[in-house]
Amino acid sequence: MVVGLPKRWSLVGFVIAFLLLTPLLALLTLATLPDGEVFAHLTNTVLPSYIANTAKLMLAVVLLSLLFAVPAAWLVARCDLPGRRFFQWALLLPLAMPGYVVAYIYTDLLDYPGPVQRFVRSLLGATSPADYWFPDIRSLGGAALMLALVLFPYIFLLGRTAFMEQSLSLLQASRIMGASERQSFWRLSLPMARPAIAAGVALVAMETAADFATVSYFAVPTLTTAVYDTWLGYGSLASASKLSVIILLAVFLLIYLERFARRKQELFQRQALTGQIPLLSLGRWRWPAFGFCLLLLLASFILPLGILLDYAIRYFGASWNSEFFQFSWNSFYLSALSAALCVLLALALLYVGRISPRRIDSWPARLASSGYALPGTVLAIGVLGPLTWLDFAINDLADWLGREGPGLIFSGSVAALLFAFCVRFAAIAIGGIENSWRRLSPSLDMAALTMGKGPLSMFFLVHLPLLRTGILAALLLVFIEAMKELPAALLLRPIGFENLATHVFQYVSDERLEQGALAAIVIVLVGLVPLILLNRSLELKAPDSPVSDSPVSDSPVSDSPVSDSPVSVNPMSPKER
Amino acid sequence: MKLSKGILFAGLACIAGTSVAAEQLTIYSYRQAFLIEPILAEFTKETGIKTQVVFAKDGIAERLQREGRLSKADLVLTSDFSKLMELVDKNLVAKVDSPVLESNIPAQLRSEGDDWYALTVRTRSLYSSKERLGKLDIDYEDLAKPEYKGKICTRSGKHPYNISLVASMIAHKGEAETRTWLEGLKANLARVPQGNDRAQVKAVKEGLCDIAIGNSYYFGAMMQDPEQKSWAEAVYINFPNQKNRGTHINVSGMALPKHAPNRDQAVKLMEFLSSDKAQQAYAEVNMEYPVKADVKPSAIVASWGEFKADSLPIGKLAENHAAAVKLLDEVKFDL
Repeated sequence: MVVGLPKRWSLVGFVIAFLLLTPLLALLTLATLPDGEVFAHLTNTVLPSYIANTAKLMLAVVLLSLLFAVPAAWLVARCDLPGRRFFQWALLLPLAMPGYVVAYIYTDLLDYPGPVQRFVRSLLGATSPADYWFPDIRSLGGAALMLALVLFPYIFLLGRTAFMEQSLSLLQASRIMGASERQSFWRLSLPMARPAIAAGVALVAMETAADFATVSYFAVPTLTTAVYDTWLGYGSLASASKLSVIILLAVFLLIYLERFARRKQELFQRQALTGQIPLLSLGRWRWPAFGFCLLLLLASFILPLGILLDYAIRYFGASWNSEFFQFSWNSFYLSALSAALCVLLALALLYVGRISPRRIDSWPARLASSGYALPGTVLAIGVLGPLTWLDFAINDLADWLGREGPGLIFSGSVAALLFAFCVRFAAIAIGGIENSWRRLSPSLDMAALTMGKGPLSMFFLVHLPLLRTGILAALLLVFIEAMKELPAALLLRPIGFENLATHVFQYVSDERLEQGALAAIVIVLVGLVPLILLNRSLELKAPDSPVSDSPVSDSPVSDSPVSDSPVSVNPMSPKER
Repeated sequence: MKLSKGILFAGLACIAGTSVAAEQLTIYSYRQAFLIEPILAEFTKETGIKTQVVFAKDGIAERLQREGRLSKADLVLTSDFSKLMELVDKNLVAKVDSPVLESNIPAQLRSEGDDWYALTVRTRSLYSSKERLGKLDIDYEDLAKPEYKGKICTRSGKHPYNISLVASMIAHKGEAETRTWLEGLKANLARVPQGNDRAQVKAVKEGLCDIAIGNSYYFGAMMQDPEQKSWAEAVYINFPNQKNRGTHINVSGMALPKHAPNRDQAVKLMEFLSSDKAQQAYAEVNMEYPVKADVKPSAIVASWGEFKADSLPIGKLAENHAAAVKLLDEVKFDL
C-alpha cells in the first residue's frame, strides 16, 4: 500500500474535507456574534422550557422505543415465535415512514373529531370535551409515541443482530450451570446485547433531537422549532446559531456514546463463537407474543400505510397532476445529483487515505463524515453563510473585471440544497464504500503496483470494478436519504421550489394530507428499498443462514461483494428530520 | 460513471434553468400566490409586464437581507403589518414617492416616510358557535373572563396576527393589564395554541371550543370552499369592542426592496395594486376590506354588517411589537 503519493493528492483530500466542514465552522462563528439581547430574552423566558421539552421528548421516545424494540428483537431472534422470519424483516419497515406523516394520520384518528373519540362519545353519551377524559394526541407524549413508532426499528435491528449472534457455548454453559431460561436471559443475553441496544438508543435519541416536522405539527416547542422561529421569526441569526450549538452539543455527546457502545460490542463479537442456538419454546406465551409483534407492526406501518393508500385513492384526481410530476422530478434529480456527488467525494477521500503511507491522510474522510451530525435546521444556517459569501465574492470579482455578475448562483439556487445534502450524507457514502474497500486485500494493491500500474490506473482497473456493488449501494442510500430530508430542503430551497418532502409537509401543516398522500407514498416506497437491501445483507450474515461464519478479517477478494453491502455498517443513516 | 456524469449535466442544466430569469418582475410574497395571481394577470394584460410570484411563509426579510444588492426581488407583498415593519427596521426598503399611491391610499394606511403602503384591511374577529353561544356582543378583554374557561381556540400567540392584537392591547391598556389579560386568556384556552386561523373555526364546528380568534377574510374564504363551508356555517363572525374603541384591524401591504432591479416597473405595479380594478379584485377574491375609499367590499363581506374599527395609528402597533413578543414569551402563551 505504500505509494509515493504526490503531496497535491493529500491536499485534495484536506480541501474536500474543509469544504464539507465549512457549515459547522460557519455556525460556530455565527454563534459568537452579538445578537442584541435576543438570546438573553430567550434564556430568561422560554429557553428552559425548550430544553426541558427536548430532554423529556428524547427520554420518552427512548423508553417507548426500548419497550417496543427489545422484546420484539428477542422474540424474533431466539424464540419459536409464529411468523418469526416474517417479523424479522417486517418490523424494520416503519423506518421508511416519515414521522410527521404518521403523526398526521394518528391525529386524524385520535383527535376530538376523529372516529375513536366519536365512538367513545357515543358510548358515554358525552357531547363536549369537558364531559370525559381522553389523552390529547397533540402533546409531548403524543409526539414521543409517534416518533417511537418510526424510530424503534433502529434498536430492534441492532438488538436482533446482537441476540442472534450470541455465543452458543456461553448460553449452553449457563444452562449447564443450572441457570433457568429466565435467568440466562437476564444475566447473560440481555447484558451481552446491551452495547448494541445502547448504540440503538443513541441513534434514536439523536434522531429525536433533530426532529423538526413532528414536533412542529404537534405544536410542541423544542430546540429545533426554536431555531426555526428564532431565525425566521425574530430574525436573529446569531441567537438561532447559539441555540443550534446547544443541539449540536447534545448530538455530539450521543455520537460519542454510540461509538463507545459499539467499540465494546466489536470486542465482544470477536471472541464469540456463533452457532445454531436452539429456539426457546414460548409455550402458552406463543400467541400473546405473536399478538405483540403483530400489533406493533400494525400500529407502526400497516395502518398508516393503509390510510395513506385510502387517501391517495380517494384524492387521486386531485393529486395526480403536473405539479406532482414536477415535484417528483425535483426530488429525483436533486437526490440523484447528491448521491453521485457524495460517492465521488467518498471515493476521492478514501482512495487518498488508502494508498497513502501517512496516517494523516486518513483524516479527511473522518473529518468529512462529521456533517451527518448536523440536524437539517441547523445545517441550513451553516450552509447559507459560506455560500452567500462565495456568491458575493464571485460577483465582486465580476464587477472588478467590468462584467455583469452572475447573481446568487450558489445560495439562491438548488446548489445550496445540493451542498447541504453532500455535507449531511457524505458520511453515508464514506461509511459504505470504506467497508467494501477494507475487504480488498492490500496484496491486490501490491500486485498492481508491482505490475507497473500507477495509482490512477490501479484505481480504475482494479479497485473500481471490485467496488461496484458497494458504490451502487452507497448511491442508493444517499439517494433515499436526500429524498426524505425535510428541514434542510424547507429552509434552503430556492423560493418557489418544491420537492416531494416539502410538498407533503406543506399539506400536513395545512391539515390536508389527503391531497399529498400520493407523494407521501412515493417517499415511503422509495424508503423501503434500502431496508430490503439491508435485510438481505443481514440474512446472508445471520448465524442460522447457510453462509455463516465468514471471518471478519481482510477477507479474500472472491468474497461475494453483495454480502458486505454498506447498509449494514451504517446504521447512522439519518432519517428525515 | 457515465450515468452519473449524465445526471450531473442534467442537474447543471436544471440549475442554470432556474437561475436564468426572464424579463419580468419578481415578487416575494408572504401571501399565497393564488390569492394575487388573478390581479397580476390583469396587470400583465394592461401593461405587458410579466410577473413571477415566489411565495414563502417565513423569512423573506431574512432572505432580502442576505441577498443584498444581488437580490432579484422587485416587490414584497406581506400578509401582515409587522412584516412591513420588519422590512423597514432592517433597512431593506426604498422610499416610493408616488402621487397615485398617495391619493389612492389614506394617510393612516401608509407610512409617513413612504416606506410602505397598505393594500387591504382585515379585522381580528371572534367567531362564536351558532349552536352553543350565538351572536356575541363582546370585547377582547372578555376573553379572559372565567365564564369562557376551556372554550377558546387560537393559533400560536407568536403568529404576527396575534402579536399585533397583543400590541394593540398594550397600546390601549398598558403592559401590566395586558399581561393579566394574556394569563387569563391562556387559562381559558381549550387546547395549546396550534394550527392556522381556519383550523380554529373547524375546532368550533367540531365542538372542541366555542370561540375562535381569526381574521375576517377567512370567513369568506371558507364559505367558498366546498370542504370548509360547513365549518363557516357553524359560527357567527363578531366584531369585538363595538361599544368602545372598536375592532382591532391589521393590514396587508407592499414595499419596494432597496435593490429592486426593475424599480420603475415595480412602482407601476404598486400603483396598479392600489387602483380601483385591483382593489375591487382584492375585495371580491380575498374577501378583504379595500383601502381605497370609493371601492366597496364584496357582497358577502358587506353582509357581515358595518363595524367600528380601532383608530389606533398603525405606528403604535409597531412601537409595542417587541413588548408584545416579550409578554407572550413571559406568560409562556404557547407552552
